[in-house]
Amino acid sequence: MNEIPMELGLLLSVVLFVLGLIGVLVRRNLIMILMSLEVMLNATGLAFIVAGSRWGQADGQIMFLLILTLAAAEVGVGLGLALQIFHRFHTLDADSVSEMKG
Amino acid sequence: MIELLGWVPLFPFLGFLILVFAGERLSKPIIPWVGAGSVGISALLTALIGAEFLRGTMEPYRMFSGYWMALDDMSVPFGFYLDALSMTMLFVVSGVGFLIHVYSAGFMESDPGYARFFAYMNLFVSAMLVLVLADNLVLLYLGWEGVGLGSYLLIGFWYEDPDNGHAARKAFVMTRIGDTSMALGLFLLFTHLHTFDIQFLMIRAGNEWTPGTWLPVVSAALLLGGALGKSAQLPLQTWLPDAMAGPTPVSALIHAATMVTAGVYLIARTHDLFLLAPSVQFAVGIIGAITLLIAGFSALAQTDIKRILAYSTISQIGYMFLALGVGAWSAAIFHLLTHAFFKALLFLAAGAVIFCFHHEHNIFKMGGLRKPMPLTFWSFMIGCAALSALPFTSGFYSKHEILLAAFEVSPVLWAAGCLGALITGIYSFRLVFVVFFGTQSQSVEKGIGWRMAAPLVLLGILALFGGLLQIPMDSVFPGSANTDTDHAFNLVSALTIAAPFAGLLIAVLFYLSGTFSAQRLANYGWARLVRQFFLSGCGFDAIYANLLVRPFVSIAKLNKNDVVDLLYLGIAWLSREFHRIARTSQTGRVRWYASSMALGAVFILAIGLLS
Repeated sequence: MNEIPMELGLLLSVVLFVLGLIGVLVRRNLIMILMSLEVMLNATGLAFIVAGSRWGQADGQIMFLLILTLAAAEVGVGLGLALQIFHRFHTLDADSVSEMKG
Repeated sequence: MIELLGWVPLFPFLGFLILVFAGERLSKPIIPWVGAGSVGISALLTALIGAEFLRGTMEPYRMFSGYWMALDDMSVPFGFYLDALSMTMLFVVSGVGFLIHVYSAGFMESDPGYARFFAYMNLFVSAMLVLVLADNLVLLYLGWEGVGLGSYLLIGFWYEDPDNGHAARKAFVMTRIGDTSMALGLFLLFTHLHTFDIQFLMIRAGNEWTPGTWLPVVSAALLLGGALGKSAQLPLQTWLPDAMAGPTPVSALIHAATMVTAGVYLIARTHDLFLLAPSVQFAVGIIGAITLLIAGFSALAQTDIKRILAYSTISQIGYMFLALGVGAWSAAIFHLLTHAFFKALLFLAAGAVIFCFHHEHNIFKMGGLRKPMPLTFWSFMIGCAALSALPFTSGFYSKHEILLAAFEVSPVLWAAGCLGALITGIYSFRLVFVVFFGTQSQSVEKGIGWRMAAPLVLLGILALFGGLLQIPMDSVFPGSANTDTDHAFNLVSALTIAAPFAGLLIAVLFYLSGTFSAQRLANYGWARLVRQFFLSGCGFDAIYANLLVRPFVSIAKLNKNDVVDLLYLGIAWLSREFHRIARTSQTGRVRWYASSMALGAVFILAIGLLS
C-alpha cells in the first residue's frame, strides 16, 4: 500500500483550515459561518489523524473523536443561537447583530 | 500652709471644669461666685503661703505630686518650686487676677457668654499658676501653652466679629513662632544636660559649659525667642495691640499684668544660662531698649484708648528686658510687680470709661469726664503717675532702679530708657488730659457698681504704695545689681527723675493749656507722615504683610489647584484616554473579533517560530 506522505496530509489540513478561517471572516450569514467553523474543526481533526498514522499511535484517532463530539456540541449551541437571533432580529446577518459595542 | 501649694493652681482649674460642664445650667448670680471664687480661694491660699514663706528663711520649697511622664532616662514630674521669684509671680497672678475677676463680674454681667468668659479666665489663671510654679521646663511649657490658649480664646471672645477672630489668630500664630523656638531650646538643653529640672539644669550648665561657647549661646537665644513672642518684644510685638479686641478685663489680666510678663519670668528663671551667654544677655538689653522706644513712639500717635495702653505695655516690658539685659534681675521682677499693679489699674479704669461711655474707644470723642467719673479719674491719675514714674509712686522705684543699673552697664541704654521715660510722660498724660479734661461731649450712660469700684480702689492703693512691697531676691539672683544711695543725687539720677516731668510738661503744653496745638503740628507734611508711621506701629505690620503674609498667600493661590495632585490627575487622564481609544475596537461585530484573534494567533506563532 502506497503511503501518503505526512507533508501532503498536513498541507491539506492547513489548506482546509485557512479556507475555513477565510469563510468565517468573509461570510456574513451565520449558517455559513458555522459551516466554515466545521471545516476548520475537521481540518484540525485531519491533522491529528495524519499525525497518528505517521507514528502508528491511537492518540490521533482519540483526539479526532474528541473533536467530533466537541463539534457536535458546538453545532448544537451555535444553531440554537442562530435560531434565537433569527427569531429576534429576523435576519441571519452577523454584522447587523452588533449592539454590544463600546 | 506651704504644703497646700499644689492646690493653688488646682482651684481655678476646678472652677474651669465646673463652668465648662455646668456653666449653661448655673443661674446667673452663681457664675461669678464660681469664677471669681475659685481664684479668690487661690489668692487666699497664696496669701497664707506667702505669709509663712516670707516669715521663714525663704529657703526654696519643693513639692512633688506624682509623675506626668516617666521614661527610661527622662522623667517629668508634677513638681512645684517656690522661691522668692515664684512667690512674687504667685502674688501677682492670684492677687491681681482675683481683683480683675471681681471687676469682670460687674463688667461682663450683661454679656450672654458670662459663664464662658469665666471658664476661659479660670483656665488662664490655672495655666499661669502652673507656669510660674513649675520646677521643670516641660511643666513650665505646659503652662506656657495653656496661657497661650487662654489668650487666644479670650481675644476672640466676641467671635461673631471676624476681626476679633483675626486678632486672636494673629496673637496665636505670632506667639507660636516664639514657642517653637522655645521648644527647640528645651530639646537642646535636654540632649546636652539630660534633665528638665530647672535648678539642676542651671547647676549642670554652670559646671559643664564654659561661658560664651556656642551651646549656652544657642540655647539661651532659643529660650529668648520664646520670651520675645510671649512678651511682645521686637520683632514679634505686633500681636499685642490687636489683642485689644478682647474684653477689657482680659486686656488687664492677660495682656498687661500676667501673661505678657511670662517672658521676663522665663529669662529671670533661667538667668544662670543667660549669664553663660553674655552676648545673648546683652541682646536682651538692646532689644528691650529698642522696643521700649518704638512702642513709646507708637503710643504717642494712637487714638484708641486701649491701643495706647497696649503700646505702653510693650514699652514697659521693654524696660524689664532692658533690666534683664544689664543684669538687674531683681529690678526687672520689681518692675514686673509694680507694672502689674498700675497697668491693671489703668486697663480697668479704661474699661470703666468704655463701659460708662457708650463703648467708645476713641479718646478724642471723650473729654471732661473728670466731674462725672471722679473715682475713675483718680484711678487714671494714679495709674498714669506710676506709669510715667513720678516720684513716690510704685513705678518710680522700679524704673529708677532699672535706669541706674542700665547706666552702670551702658550709658546708651540709659539714655534710651530716659528718652522712653520722657515719651511715657507725654503719652500717659496726653491720655489723661484728653479724656478727663476739656469739654464734655456726651453725657455718661451709667455708673459702675461696687464690684468694679472696689478693684479700682485696691489697685489704686497698690499702684501708689506697691513700691514698698519689694520681696528680697537675694536668695534667687547672684549679686543682684545693687543700686544704693551713694550716687542717689548725682546728675544721672536727677536726669532720670526729671525725664517724666519733662514729658508731663510737654503734655500740659499741648493738651491742657493749648499753648501748642498737636492738630496744627500734624498738618505739616512731614509731621503727618511721621504720625502715620507711628500710628501704624512703626510699619511692622506692613513689613510682615509684604514680606511673609502676601508671598504665602500668593503661593497658596498658585497651589490652589494642588500642584502635587497634577501627577495623579495626569495618570487618571491618561488611562481615560487609553480607554477611549481601546473602546473603539469593541465594535460588536463577531467577524472583527474573529479576525483579531486570528491575527493575534498568527503573531504569537510568528514570535514562536522566528525567535
